[in-house]
Amino acid sequence: MIRRKNEAILTAPTLLWLILFFVVPSIAMVVISFRPASMYGGVGEGWTLDAWRALGNPNYPVILWRTVWLSLVTTLICLALALPIAFVLGKMQGKWRAILLMIVIVPFWTNFVIRVAAWRILLHPEGMLRQGLISLGIIGPDTLLLYNEGAVLMVMVYTYLPFAILPLYAAAERFDYSLLEAARDLGASGFTAVTRVFIPGISRGLLTAMALVLIPALGSYVIPDLVGGPGDEMIGNKIAQRTLGDRNLPQAATLSVALLVITLIPMIVVYYLNRRERTHPA
Amino acid sequence: MKSSRLPAIVFALVVVFLYVPILFLVVNSFNEARFSSTWTGFTLKWYAALFDPRNRDLWEATQRTLLIAISSSAVSMVLGTLSACALHWYRTKLQRLNYGMIYLPIIIPDLLMGISLLLFFVALGVTLGTMTILIAHITFCASFVTVVVLGRLQGFDESVIAAARDLGATRWVAIRRVILPLLAPGIVAGGLLSFTLSVDDYVITFFVTGPGSTTLPLKIYSMVKHSTELPLINAISTIFLVVTFLIVWWSQKLTRDQTAKSH
Repeated sequence: MIRRKNEAILTAPTLLWLILFFVVPSIAMVVISFRPASMYGGVGEGWTLDAWRALGNPNYPVILWRTVWLSLVTTLICLALALPIAFVLGKMQGKWRAILLMIVIVPFWTNFVIRVAAWRILLHPEGMLRQGLISLGIIGPDTLLLYNEGAVLMVMVYTYLPFAILPLYAAAERFDYSLLEAARDLGASGFTAVTRVFIPGISRGLLTAMALVLIPALGSYVIPDLVGGPGDEMIGNKIAQRTLGDRNLPQAATLSVALLVITLIPMIVVYYLNRRERTHPA
Repeated sequence: MKSSRLPAIVFALVVVFLYVPILFLVVNSFNEARFSSTWTGFTLKWYAALFDPRNRDLWEATQRTLLIAISSSAVSMVLGTLSACALHWYRTKLQRLNYGMIYLPIIIPDLLMGISLLLFFVALGVTLGTMTILIAHITFCASFVTVVVLGRLQGFDESVIAAARDLGATRWVAIRRVILPLLAPGIVAGGLLSFTLSVDDYVITFFVTGPGSTTLPLKIYSMVKHSTELPLINAISTIFLVVTFLIVWWSQKLTRDQTAKSH
């Protein structure tokens, strides 16, 4: 009995806090998506599917698709860059491994808004980089480095890269590199050894890395807002506009529920694959 | 065995990619030129301008940011430590639920957390401001503290508690004199992590803030968005960078010292 009471005392404060300020708000979000918008920017009485029907408006499917597309490409590039980094780090020993890991991680200690701002300043039309590239004749005088899809992708990769590096590094650290030598001795090319031995060997880290990049990328808002143009908006921008721009809270709620459903897909896939791997180890 | 140079080359290029924007910002904070297109000489005037009475709102935003960060870390340290102990010591259905609840706020995009809290506050008619920002920050920081303290607990020698009880310590004395001192570095590291996450947060704060409750990231964001005072942003960012480095370095040191001691 005493054990039960102690467990309740330890569990209750945080659990109740999270129920009140995480679970209930999430439910409120779903409920409000079925409410009409009130005249003065609040939530009206009664029930309606208006906000859900508005998702069919040609604007939203395009933005939803762009959100998924940009996030998937970001994930692929992050994995492609993080794999060689994890490979190098995992092979290293002792002090150098710690130093190199630090070198890769330190930039991410800086404030997120400042990191995006730094890119905006670096790529700024009046900035040194663009002016330099123009005077070298590499880009034309009309080419902008900022406010396009390429800038959004680059800054997304920049922001989410550590979420790919850390789990891949953790997996590579446990990988037995002598297996690669064995594969080479048995006649496999370097490429085959990596794709058939190294990558399957760190598959779990790969899965975690994928989810850790994809999920926050889907919820991007700051990056397209600061370095993208009007044609690069993601679902997050629309949610912010509906919330603070034209104050249509039920519409913001509907878009958020749609985003939530999309982010649940990678979560469920990773959860399922992880469980399968635990019960059937490779 | 001939090993490919490709991974090492990618590594080097990525390091350049990671550092260029940050170094550009730091170097330009000392640049005389208003637009960072050319280097016209070394200056500290942008730093001096931060202390200009015209920029008082920056300092007000900084004070509010620090107040929110310190209060939310303090509450999260208590909540996180309690729930880490619950997760570590009990293996019940309740803890399985608790585990999921702790991890969800970490995984879910922060945008969704921000909008759902905003809708919740609006539905209840709560006035948005410093208090709602504080509640939002505690909600995500508590989970991070739990994870850090749980990590410390897993390297914890349970027999010291039994030993203390055998030697006649009451439950309360065992907690205060044995468990808390051993967990302290983990709790402090979790608190420092909360502090940096709270100071760092833009997205959630953006949704739950009210008129007049601007934090530093919100202030920097609007300056960046409207391209006003770009050199000032360089100067604030450089100070911000140095302070964050010191805090993270300290928290890493605490975690490392603890790991070293427990071996």
